[in-house]
Amino acid sequence: MTSLPSKLPLVSAARGVLGLLAAMLFAAPWIFGPAELQILTELLCLLVLAMMWNLLAGYADIVTIGQHGFVGIGCYSFYGFVVLAGVGPYLAILLAGLTTLVFAVPAMVIIFRLRAAYLAVGTWVLAEVMMLGAGKIEAFGAGLGISLPVSVVREFGGNIVERFTTIYWISLALALVAMGATYALMRSAVGIGLTAMRDNEEAAGTIGVNLFRARVICFLWTAPFLGLAGALITLQKLRIAPAASFSITDWTVYIIFIVVIGGVGSFEGPIIGTLVFFAIREYLQDWGVWHFIILGGVSIATVLIEPRGIWGLLRRVIPADLIPVAHTPPR
Amino acid sequence: MAGAVINQIVQGVLLGGLYAMFAVGLSLSVGVMRFVNIAHGDLIVLISFLVLTLTTKLGMPLLVAAVIVLPVTFAGGYLLQRLLLQRVLGESVLSIVLVTFGLSVIVQNGLQGTYGADTRLVPGGAIVTATIHLGGGINIGVLPLAIFICAVVLVFVLDLALYRTRLGARIRAVSDDVASANLVGLRSAHIYAVAMGIVGVTIGISAAFMAVWTNFDPTSGPSRLLVAFEAVVLGGLGSLWGTLAGGIIVAVAQSIGAQFDAGWQLLAGHLVFLAVFLIRPQGLFPK
Repeated sequence: MTSLPSKLPLVSAARGVLGLLAAMLFAAPWIFGPAELQILTELLCLLVLAMMWNLLAGYADIVTIGQHGFVGIGCYSFYGFVVLAGVGPYLAILLAGLTTLVFAVPAMVIIFRLRAAYLAVGTWVLAEVMMLGAGKIEAFGAGLGISLPVSVVREFGGNIVERFTTIYWISLALALVAMGATYALMRSAVGIGLTAMRDNEEAAGTIGVNLFRARVICFLWTAPFLGLAGALITLQKLRIAPAASFSITDWTVYIIFIVVIGGVGSFEGPIIGTLVFFAIREYLQDWGVWHFIILGGVSIATVLIEPRGIWGLLRRVIPADLIPVAHTPPR
Repeated sequence: MAGAVINQIVQGVLLGGLYAMFAVGLSLSVGVMRFVNIAHGDLIVLISFLVLTLTTKLGMPLLVAAVIVLPVTFAGGYLLQRLLLQRVLGESVLSIVLVTFGLSVIVQNGLQGTYGADTRLVPGGAIVTATIHLGGGINIGVLPLAIFICAVVLVFVLDLALYRTRLGARIRAVSDDVASANLVGLRSAHIYAVAMGIVGVTIGISAAFMAVWTNFDPTSGPSRLLVAFEAVVLGGLGSLWGTLAGGIIVAVAQSIGAQFDAGWQLLAGHLVFLAVFLIRPQGLFPK
């Protein structure tokens, strides 16, 4: 371990970069115009989705391909509360998160009955049912979807700059709460059990980790955050529609790529993945369908070469976690 | 009215044959990989496009194209297992999901890039429009009937091959306990690959039939995967005849749902699946 101290500056430098990025997020409304703020808002929403998928797939061994179902429920319930029920918009955002949690309970009853091999596709079936079901409700615009009324949009600010700034602050708050709360969860007794499950599920069960309880907590933990993100996504898109609100490409496929390439099963992975995704996204779109082929190829290669993604590669050089979820043993 | 409902059920049963064909391959691959291959539906669509190219671009008769496709899909299944899937076998669920998920995205978008997003149908000739009128408003298409009979034969042959032949015993041995199978001298990697080759053949057969019977486009794969998955879960793990029953249940539900309203077709299939699953999570005919 003699080489350790010489590498510690690397940890400090990497943490410095993270801190700088965080500081930039707080200063963003004063630095950037509305177009950039909108991109950052989107980034924060995707970061929340990525953290939640990582918590389930990377730790709790619940590999879902139906995450877009809960995002869509968030979108639709936000619309329902704010437009159909006439609830105040800020309260409606919170209620959207709560509604998603309510939907997560029966969903959990179904998918937890499936064997591990079938669970992933089972979540997909449920998400499909939610999307098809949403498309049948006339009050929500049925198959075509419906726009948010201007009066609701105005509540977040009279002009575009004000509105984008408000929505940005809410998204930043959501991302910070999601990150902080998940960090606290990971540091708690449940989290220690989860980390043990990630490393060796059988052994974790043997030493007394309640696997079932940990899975239930994780599954219910992610649902409200997915719903809240859905409400904020609706505020950016200004409309709900079955195909867009329940988009498997945007809320599940991209998210899986983000987490896998960034590094699944680590706290840093989703953050790195989201940053990389936004850095290359503009270039990717010029490539049309081929960008999916590249992402799919990179994801397969990641599994075969370095299952812990970019963070796994960096971690070979950087001697400590940037956001230490693990407890340091007393010396 | 009663005639129309019975007719709808009959059409559903026939469609169930096609779904069962999708599903028996998936069921077999679950036995091998211990996991649902997420690219299963996309691989079916890929082969449907191959049939499209052979018949419309190269002008081959459909039957010749089908005969050419089968060895190709056997080799494809064998190599896919040997070169890619074998590497992640026995690792975490996550690795297998990610690899087959990546494969699914690659196949879907590769097809979109090559063929465009248009909906296709392979012209099947006179057999497509031939119908047997049974009276009472019940009509049976010759093609759907032929497909249904093929599905029953396929289930029969696969069931026999798995439970009555030496190869089947080896496949089951490796799938049950790979370590012990290796210990008694079975070449597990080869046997796995042969099993996936057989899965490939079922994909080839069902893709050829699907290409002439139903419309398909590059994004049709997931819906095929979901019905195959539902048929397998409803049928009960490892029961091929159960899978046939599961396919028929999902298809009949869709067919009756479509009778109410065209938009209810898919939703009805999923809802009936969920209802039956909640009542019998172990499936209808568990082994």
